[in-house]
Amino acid sequence: MGPISTRLLALESRRGWATVMVFAVLALVVVPVLNLAVPPGSAFHLPTFWVATLGKYLAFAILALSLDLIWGYAGILSLGHGAFFGLGGYAMGMYMMRQIGERGVYGNPELPDFMVFLNWDTLPWYWFGFDQFWFAALMVLAVPGLLAFVFGWFAFRSRITGVYFSIISQAMVFAFMLAFFRNEMGFGGNNGLTDFKDILGFDLSRDTTKVGLYIATAASLLLVYFVCRAVVTSKMGRLLIAVRDAESRVRFLGYSVTNAKLFVFTLSAMLAGLAGALYVPQVGIINPGEFAPAKSIEIAIWVAVGGRGTLFGAILGAFAVNGARTYFTGAAPEIWLFFLGALFILVTLAMPRGIVGVYQSIRSGQFKDAIGRRLQRVDA
Amino acid sequence: MSMPDLDPRHDAPGAGVTESILYLEGVSVSFDGFKALNSLNLIIRRGEMRAIIGPNGAGKTTMMDVVTGRTRPDTGRVLFAADTNLTHLDETAIANLGIGRKFQKPTVFESLTVFENIYLALKTNRSVTETLFARIRGEQRDRIDQTLETTRLGARREDLAGDLSHGQKQWLEIGMLLAQEPELMLLDEPVAGMSDAETEQTVALLMEIAKDHSLVVVEHDMEFVRNLECMVTVLHEGSVIAEGPMDSVQSDPRVIEVYLGR
Amino acid sequence: MASSRTRGALRPDCRAVLVGLGLLMTALLLALAPAHAQSLDDTFAAAVQALDARKFSGKAEAVEALGALDDDRAISVLEAFADGRLYRRKADKLVFIGTRDDKTYILTNPVDGTEIGTVASRAVKRIVANNKLRGQIRGVLGQLALFSADPDTRRAAAENVIASPSDDSLPLLKRARDRETDAGVRATLETGIAMLELASDDRDLRLAAVAALADRSDPAIKSALEQRLLANDEGGFVEPDAEIRATVQAAVEDIEDRLALFGLAENLIFGLSLGSVLLLAAIGLAITFGVMGVINMAYGEMIMLGAYTTFLVQEIFRSSLPPEVFGWYVAAAIPAAFLVAAGFGVLIERGCIRFLYGRPLETLLATWGVSLILQQLVRSLFGANNREVANPDWISGAVSLGGGVSITLNRVYIIIFSLVVVVALAAFIRHSRFGLQMRAVTQNRGMASAMGIRTGRVDALTFALGSGIAGVAGVALSQISNVSPNLGQNFIVDSFMVVVFGGVGSLWGTIVGAFSLGIVNKFLEPVSGAILGKVVVLVIIILFIQKRPRGLFALKGRAAEA
Repeated sequence: MGPISTRLLALESRRGWATVMVFAVLALVVVPVLNLAVPPGSAFHLPTFWVATLGKYLAFAILALSLDLIWGYAGILSLGHGAFFGLGGYAMGMYMMRQIGERGVYGNPELPDFMVFLNWDTLPWYWFGFDQFWFAALMVLAVPGLLAFVFGWFAFRSRITGVYFSIISQAMVFAFMLAFFRNEMGFGGNNGLTDFKDILGFDLSRDTTKVGLYIATAASLLLVYFVCRAVVTSKMGRLLIAVRDAESRVRFLGYSVTNAKLFVFTLSAMLAGLAGALYVPQVGIINPGEFAPAKSIEIAIWVAVGGRGTLFGAILGAFAVNGARTYFTGAAPEIWLFFLGALFILVTLAMPRGIVGVYQSIRSGQFKDAIGRRLQRVDA
Repeated sequence: MSMPDLDPRHDAPGAGVTESILYLEGVSVSFDGFKALNSLNLIIRRGEMRAIIGPNGAGKTTMMDVVTGRTRPDTGRVLFAADTNLTHLDETAIANLGIGRKFQKPTVFESLTVFENIYLALKTNRSVTETLFARIRGEQRDRIDQTLETTRLGARREDLAGDLSHGQKQWLEIGMLLAQEPELMLLDEPVAGMSDAETEQTVALLMEIAKDHSLVVVEHDMEFVRNLECMVTVLHEGSVIAEGPMDSVQSDPRVIEVYLGR
Repeated sequence: MASSRTRGALRPDCRAVLVGLGLLMTALLLALAPAHAQSLDDTFAAAVQALDARKFSGKAEAVEALGALDDDRAISVLEAFADGRLYRRKADKLVFIGTRDDKTYILTNPVDGTEIGTVASRAVKRIVANNKLRGQIRGVLGQLALFSADPDTRRAAAENVIASPSDDSLPLLKRARDRETDAGVRATLETGIAMLELASDDRDLRLAAVAALADRSDPAIKSALEQRLLANDEGGFVEPDAEIRATVQAAVEDIEDRLALFGLAENLIFGLSLGSVLLLAAIGLAITFGVMGVINMAYGEMIMLGAYTTFLVQEIFRSSLPPEVFGWYVAAAIPAAFLVAAGFGVLIERGCIRFLYGRPLETLLATWGVSLILQQLVRSLFGANNREVANPDWISGAVSLGGGVSITLNRVYIIIFSLVVVVALAAFIRHSRFGLQMRAVTQNRGMASAMGIRTGRVDALTFALGSGIAGVAGVALSQISNVSPNLGQNFIVDSFMVVVFGGVGSLWGTIVGAFSLGIVNKFLEPVSGAILGKVVVLVIIILFIQKRPRGLFALKGRAAEA
């Protein structure tokens, strides 16, 4: 076996590989089969609505992983990750907007409806190229990455850390929300981008397209998981934990903390952008609401609930909290915010290591296992 | 104030710039009007071990901060190995030049294992891409094992650094410093909080290290400094007031005044 | 005397005769005074009666004639005419103002305003007006307002006439000026006359007009003057006289300078106003974040609770206290809001934050949870919609600062109030025993504890103080913004920016930070628009923190780096 495959295999323990494979088969094979191959009348049939909902959760899981990478490992709590998620979503939305072509209400082959409505007669320069999928896909990663690089360069260079970084990143996403609400920005203002028709030629309203998007999201999550896994098991992963524990000590060892943080922050932003791009076609809309500071903070609670500093925990947390949201907004909408608020308080006070931490301590009967200790110090 | 004389031939007594590993000239630092360093001059020769003592607030830690790039001096220059001006470099660049530092409060990466702590410290290319794709090599493993042996931490290799005792953390930090293979090591109170036995072992360790490193040790513990058997510099209010072997320094009337006079 | 000069050509004996006649006439008039009043009523009645003309042209003439009487009573008649409330009683063909009451009409005598009685709808016929006539009536009404008894109405009317000047209004304005008793309105009228006389054929009048306008500070006057400098179709200038053009040019420049100054003043004042809002919103945060180092994301909700307390106090005053004291509900709301918010503050600190000291990121997340709960709580109790909090009379209104700049009174009060709060807070921290304990705990917790200060209690009270001040800020903000469950969210980012910008832990920094951000925001607004202005300010802060990561007034030295 070549060195690359050996290294890939080394990403997980035997048990780890088994777990990952079980989930991968469940998500990539079982769910689509239950939807497409099992007839609708059967008790085992999974309605398309649930496939789409799961697809949404999978996109959120990618978003949670991206935040966990910087918060759980490097100790950088970004309260502005919604900006990267939203930008990725907008990039994909712009592609799908251009795909509408003449099928819009105003039938303008070049301009999206909202531009016609605003009496614009030419496409703004930054909309060029988005009629090509490859270009949009590139932008999904490049725009959030570039923003994170610039923002991070400014922030990390002047050693803005801890809550200061959190507050500044929140201000950043807040600024995005304000800006994108404006019609003049050319992103549809308040209404955002919507009324998408198809993606890569597939009709978005068809069930098979929805399942296709679900599969693409699940595969992406798997890929993102391995990327994150590769980072956290590398020497870089240890360096990030070192940065989290004692940032200035790392500098005196001769590592550039700024560069390390910049790397992981930019990577994380690109992953968040990918999550946004997968999310938007599944829900059919992207608007400035995604930039609301509250949404960005919520990502942190997904990660905290699952167990930060563990990749599996981040995914678990995204599913658990969003599953609870789906349940509550259906059953008792007014309870939802009470529940979410209580979750924030409960998790920080009572289970700082999240569900994974609780599971580990139950399994080992104590908090002494090495990984557990490592996690416990996240808050230091 | 006149500009400091930059001609190395007119330097303070002792060695000239050319044989120095560290050369401080006219270095001043002030915080809100308080002068932490007051045109400090200090020369450490290559291969020398030097102890720096002085009462609280004498500027010992600030001096280390200036050398390692944590604090920028208001005036003066700091030369490393006689040719590199350190005053405009950051901590990372200075560390990569070959200056290692141990903090007053032992600072190790508590949620990494002892082994991983040393691994991170190893002298190597520390760029992002190298770090991302680095794989531990056999000779690195050997080097880590050797360092762990030197610092008597071999048995705790896979334990989390956070679980070590205070003295062991001090040693781990010294071990990390060794793994860095610096030309100059700055140690801020290496035996603070250690038992007598641990202190003794540390003296032995430092004497061993001093054989092939330049060393600057800041310490309060006079007995420990005496045991190091090296040149001693006394700082007071940001300037050097005495320099020489421990015995002569201890009989210096100004030193006595500073330590006992108030 | 004026007549003697204009009629100077008459021979002296003739003048004697005229004076004699004049005296005689005066005596006659005095003797007939009641009869004269009687005749005025008759004239007015006749003019009203004339409105009932057969053709619209006749009605138009009658409207004009009625307006020319300069009689205040004409206003209600003309308004009634324009609204279609003017009726002819079929029995005697007399004209009345009618108010429809189901199937009958209540008739009012237009001459003395007395109610005549109720008649069946069949007994009267509406005197109709068309759109053209209504337009004319509005014009006449506007002129009549110039002669209204109320100086404010006259001023508004004068400003109306000036805003859309026409040559016909010149004699009207002059007449109004001659009769005007109020100096302010008179000055406005003079301005209007001067603007019209800029186009006079008489060179001297034009010159006088320019001189009269040169010291005004009004963009409309500036553009009227600039009109005179334009080239006309014949290749010359609108203003033919080169000397006058030079004067006009100088006057325009003067006005421009003053306008620029006023613009600056306006931005400064509005900036101060915004700054005081920011200051109020941020000052409590400066305590909890700055002094205690606690990130309280539920801070905005403390403001919101203060605003809802104000609403409740207002409702209590409205429902169970005499209306005379209603205006003082705001004063009562201040301590109430302080106590409510401080109470919640203690709850949050004791129930949650105290377990998280030294873990700022966790504190941030937990208090965010608190904020969500409080928002939903208020939404469940009071509904999601805005609640109305009325400005009491003494807070309503605006102050004019000249040059077209005016500021609403509630903003003035908030500027004053914010400064009072800050000064009181600073004095409290500096001079009270609790303030001393608070500072001691901040600087060295262990030492303070060793000296017998109960640090836990001080923490709780400090947090309560910061929260209480947020509640007080809520009272003030309820006077200028909507009271809704999201109220606090709108301030949280801004408040943090103020504290971070000013320098954490520095009350002075918070003041300077708030006011400078407010002013910068207002100066940016005209350039970039309100929202982008805000975005630009955020970017500026992010860049600023590059240079001074610890804010404007940062603690320096080793202590700060620890």
